[in-house]
Amino acid sequence: MNEILVMLSFGPDGWGDQIATGVVLTVTLALASLPLGLVIGLILALAKKSSEPSLRAAADVYTTLFRGLPELLTLFLVYYGGQILIQQVLSMVGIVHFEVSAFVAGMVALSLVFSSYASEAFLSAFRGISQGQYEGAHALGLSRFQTLRLIILPQLIRLSLPALGNLWLILLKDTSLVSIIGMNDIIRYSNMAARTTKEPFLFFSLACLIYLVLAVISSFGISSLEKWTKKGDAQK
Amino acid sequence: MTNSTAETTASAPSEVTIEKPAPPKRRWTKSRIVGHLLMALWCAAGFGIIYFLMVRNNVSFNLNYSDSFPWITSVDLSAEPRFLERYGMKLIDGFIITLKLVGLSLLIGALMSLPLTAMRMSKIKVFSAISYAYVYFFRGTPMLAQVFLIYYGAGSFTDELRDIGLWWFFRDAWNCAVLAFTFNTSAYQTEILRGSIENVPKGQWEAADAVGLPRWLIFWKIILPQALIVSLRPYGNEIILMIKGSAIVSIITILDLMGETRRAFSRTYDFQAYVWAAIMYLVMVETLRRIWNRLENRLTRHLKR
Repeated sequence: MNEILVMLSFGPDGWGDQIATGVVLTVTLALASLPLGLVIGLILALAKKSSEPSLRAAADVYTTLFRGLPELLTLFLVYYGGQILIQQVLSMVGIVHFEVSAFVAGMVALSLVFSSYASEAFLSAFRGISQGQYEGAHALGLSRFQTLRLIILPQLIRLSLPALGNLWLILLKDTSLVSIIGMNDIIRYSNMAARTTKEPFLFFSLACLIYLVLAVISSFGISSLEKWTKKGDAQK
Repeated sequence: MTNSTAETTASAPSEVTIEKPAPPKRRWTKSRIVGHLLMALWCAAGFGIIYFLMVRNNVSFNLNYSDSFPWITSVDLSAEPRFLERYGMKLIDGFIITLKLVGLSLLIGALMSLPLTAMRMSKIKVFSAISYAYVYFFRGTPMLAQVFLIYYGAGSFTDELRDIGLWWFFRDAWNCAVLAFTFNTSAYQTEILRGSIENVPKGQWEAADAVGLPRWLIFWKIILPQALIVSLRPYGNEIILMIKGSAIVSIITILDLMGETRRAFSRTYDFQAYVWAAIMYLVMVETLRRIWNRLENRLTRHLKR
C-alpha cells in the first residue's frame, strides 16, 4: 500500500506531478479545440441549411469526410500530411526545416472531427426554431446578421446544448489519441509510469479514473449551463 | 383562404391555357459564389490526391502522334505501382482483420448487452447500480485507455492469471482487443437497448396486459419489435463508431487496416499509405451507412404515409 502511495506521490519518486501535467495538457487541448470546432460547425450548419445547392454539397463533403474517417487516421493525415504539405510549400520559398507541432496537429484534427458532428447538432437545433421567429425579427426591421445574433443564436444555444454536451465528452475522450503522436497527455505519462514501475494496472486504472472524473465534472458543468439557458422558461 | 378559392373558381371554367412563367434566372448571389468556390476547392483537392497517387505510382501517358487523320494513333498507359505491389494485399488483409474484429466484438457485445439491459431495468437496486456503473465506466473513458488497461494491465496479474489458467488468453493482443471492444460496445448497446425499450409507450404494456398476454410474450411480440425499430439508427451509428474506433488496436501491435498502414508508412515513408487507408475506411463507412439507410427505409415502410 505504501509503495503505491509513493508511486503516486508528487515528487522525484512519484508520478503524481507528471500525470497532473498530463491532465492539464488533455484539458488544454480539449478546450483549445472547442472554439474552433464550434465556429466551423456553426458555419457548416448555416451552409447546410442554405438554399444554395453548391454550398450544401460543399458542407456535405466535409461532414462525410470527417465523420467517415477514424479519428486516429485524421490525426495522422493532419500530422504527417500537413508536415509534408507545408514542407513542400516552404521549400519553394527557401525555408528548409519546419516541424508541425503535435499540439497544433491534434487541435486541428480534433476540431475537424468535432465540427462535422457539431454541424449536425446545430442543424437539428435550427429545425427547432420556428419560421415565425425569422418573420418576427424581419417585421421589427432587424438585419439578417442582427436576427442571427439576437434572435436565433440564443435559442440555438439552448436547443443544441444537450447534443453539444455529448460531443464535448467525446472530444475529451478523443484527446487520448494525441499520446500516439508523442504528446505528453494522461495516457502517455501513464504508459511511461507503467513501464518504469511495472505496475500497468495501477496506472491505467488511474488514467481511466481521471477521465471519469473529468467526465463527471463536465456533466455538472453542462447541466448547470443548461439550467442557465433555461432561466427564461422558469418564469412561465 | 378567400383569395385562393376566388382564383380556382375564376380559372376553372376558362379554357385559356395558362403559360407558365419562365423560371427566374438564377443570379450569382454571394452564397452561390462561395458555394461554387468551395466545391472547386474540394474538386481541386480531389484531383490533387489523384495526381499525388499517380506521381507516386509513376503513372504516365504517352500519346503517339501521326500526321494523318486520327492524329493520335495510340495511348500508352504505363505505371509502376511498386507500393501497391508490395503492400496492396497487406492492406486488404488488414481490412479483413478490421472487419473480423468489429464483427466479432459487435456480436458478443450484443449478446452481453441483453443481460446488462435486464439488470439495468431491473427493480432490484443492486443490479441496476452494477449495470449503471459498468455502462458509465465504459462510456466515460477513452477506448485507448480501456485497451491498455486490459492488454498491459493484465501484466500486473501474471501469476494470478497463470494460476487460474487464463494467461494464454491475455498474452495475445488479439484476444485483449476483442475483449476490450466487446466490453465497450456492450456498454453502448445496453444504453441503446434500454433507451429504445423505455421509448415504447406504457399503453402498449397495459393494452397487452388487458388482452391477457403473459409478460414474456408481451415483451417478445409487442415491445421488442417496436423498440428495435427505434434503435435501428443508433445501432447503425454504433457499428460505424466501432469501425472507426477499431483503428486504435494498431497501437497494441495488431495488424488491422490501420496497423498495416502504419507499418507500410514506417518502412517506405510513402504518404500514399495513409491515403489508401483513408479511401478504404471512407468506402467502408459510407457503404455501411447507405445499406443501413436502405434497411431502415425498408423496415419502417409501414410507418410512412
